[in-house]
Amino acid sequence: MNHAAIVARLRAYDPGAILDEREFRGQLSVTVRPESILGVMQFLRDDVELGYQFLENLCAVDYLGREPRFEVVYHLLSFTRRHRLCIKVGLPEQSPAVDSLTGIWPTANYQEREAYDLFGITFVGHPSLERIMMPDDWQGHPLRKDVPLGGEEVAFTFNQARIDARKPYARD
Amino acid sequence: MTIEVKQFVRDLSIPSPGDITRPALAGERETMVLNMGPHHPSTHGVLRLVVELDGETVVNVAPDIGYLHTGIEKSMESKTYQKALVMTDRTDYLAPLSNNLSYVLAVEQLLGCAVPERATTVRVLLVELQRIASHLVWLGTHALDLAAMSVFLYGFREREQILDIFELVSGARMMTSYFRVGGLAYDVPPEFPAAVQAFLAIMPERIDEYEALLTRNPIWLERTRGIGAIDTESAIALGVTGPALRATGFAWDLRKDMPYCGYETYEFAVPVARNGDIYDRYLVRVAEMRESVKLCTQALDRLIAHGPGPYVTSDRKIAPPPKSEITHSMESLIHHFKLWTEGFKPPRGDTLAAIESPRGELATYIVSDGSPKPYRVHLRAPSFVNLQALPHMARGHLVADLVALIASMDPVLGEVDR
Repeated sequence: MNHAAIVARLRAYDPGAILDEREFRGQLSVTVRPESILGVMQFLRDDVELGYQFLENLCAVDYLGREPRFEVVYHLLSFTRRHRLCIKVGLPEQSPAVDSLTGIWPTANYQEREAYDLFGITFVGHPSLERIMMPDDWQGHPLRKDVPLGGEEVAFTFNQARIDARKPYARD
Repeated sequence: MTIEVKQFVRDLSIPSPGDITRPALAGERETMVLNMGPHHPSTHGVLRLVVELDGETVVNVAPDIGYLHTGIEKSMESKTYQKALVMTDRTDYLAPLSNNLSYVLAVEQLLGCAVPERATTVRVLLVELQRIASHLVWLGTHALDLAAMSVFLYGFREREQILDIFELVSGARMMTSYFRVGGLAYDVPPEFPAAVQAFLAIMPERIDEYEALLTRNPIWLERTRGIGAIDTESAIALGVTGPALRATGFAWDLRKDMPYCGYETYEFAVPVARNGDIYDRYLVRVAEMRESVKLCTQALDRLIAHGPGPYVTSDRKIAPPPKSEITHSMESLIHHFKLWTEGFKPPRGDTLAAIESPRGELATYIVSDGSPKPYRVHLRAPSFVNLQALPHMARGHLVADLVALIASMDPVLGEVDR
């Protein structure tokens, strides 16, 4: 099944879902509308011919200065056809949110929590969308491009009191 | 007194620590909540588990991670492609060469850069040695967790020999950074084949020794058989890859199914088991070590048969020119200078390169914006994703089995937290 056939099959399922398709270095990526992600993913998993049974990877990218600013990238894998498909959704800068895939693949759980923690993307319908890497009381989302590297002040003896005063939660 | 073991069949929910400890739940449940870790030797790093217990039976368990979060993905965005490579050593610190490989494959894919045959052969040889070394740490610590001390000592004896080989080729035992974009950092030294041969000659019987200690050991069987079983369907739903997936009977191995580095030209088997319990994961990993020895032997034969050759791409825009040219070629000097100050610029685009690391599928996703630094790097860490299967596997078993279960999943927390 070549790339054109895969896109055609997806288009036949939901003509309005596909916004863009790209091929780079032999890898196919399809950008779909955020509203139709659940249906598209369910179709890609359950369709006999496509059969992308495995959610291989889920991560987010911050394209600061572009709208839609955020992109959630999903990589699906078909065991039977030994093929990888990349699905992307673009999300706006203001309150980025997309439906959670935990109902289709439980493995999306941690990976969505990671994207929520590091990028501040809300996954609607996630059973426990909490921070996973950063401390619960940390403010902001560190992998966003507008968070500087090394922006966190390092606590030494001489500045410990000042940091504690600014961040009362760090002492608890 | 008989303990009633509750059956939680196919409950694939993955709780967060808050789901067990939330104040709203206080007084609601008659179970006990126990904290395990993060500083506990059997958690293999800084993994914290919030365990909900009914007597000694695990009702629910929530892994709490992030204690080793060092922002590796963020740091890589501020380094050039060559320099970001060093960060990959530090994710899965038991298999740095596998991480190197996944990263350089992704960058090479972005660049569309070809790698010389010799470099590919050395890469296969070294990542297979790395697989053995990583599995030896898993075997040793797993046995140690179940109170079999001697396996640990034997395992580390052989691992040391592998680390000596790594030191021979790269100068470092663990943080190797030996694979570079386009090939290798430098050629393998002349004494390399003999050192590998010496290791491969002894390894098969050493594996027999470990097996003699464990495979039919009644205590080992008692502690591992039928415990923490998972079926293929649940494993796929939870994203489990690697030996844990193959132990369920599903022979999915990227080296065989979506080959990279010319794995399709080597002869090796993909070991599988049937029940998906701790014992089966043990059998699969031990069998994998034997297959890796076979792969190393074939790769070494090829290396010797092909003789010396280029070990890095001749594209001067990607790999620096040899030192000998720099003294008399102006262009070489300029390229050297440009590469180490500015770096190379892959075209705009994004790719994913996946390899079969000792722990499962390790994939690197890179977005390039056309500048010399990666715009975004994401590591699909097998330990991180596999850890989600822990609650499903642990429910209904005893606390003591939880320790065996963590060891059997072989998580490396550096990779979980990144």
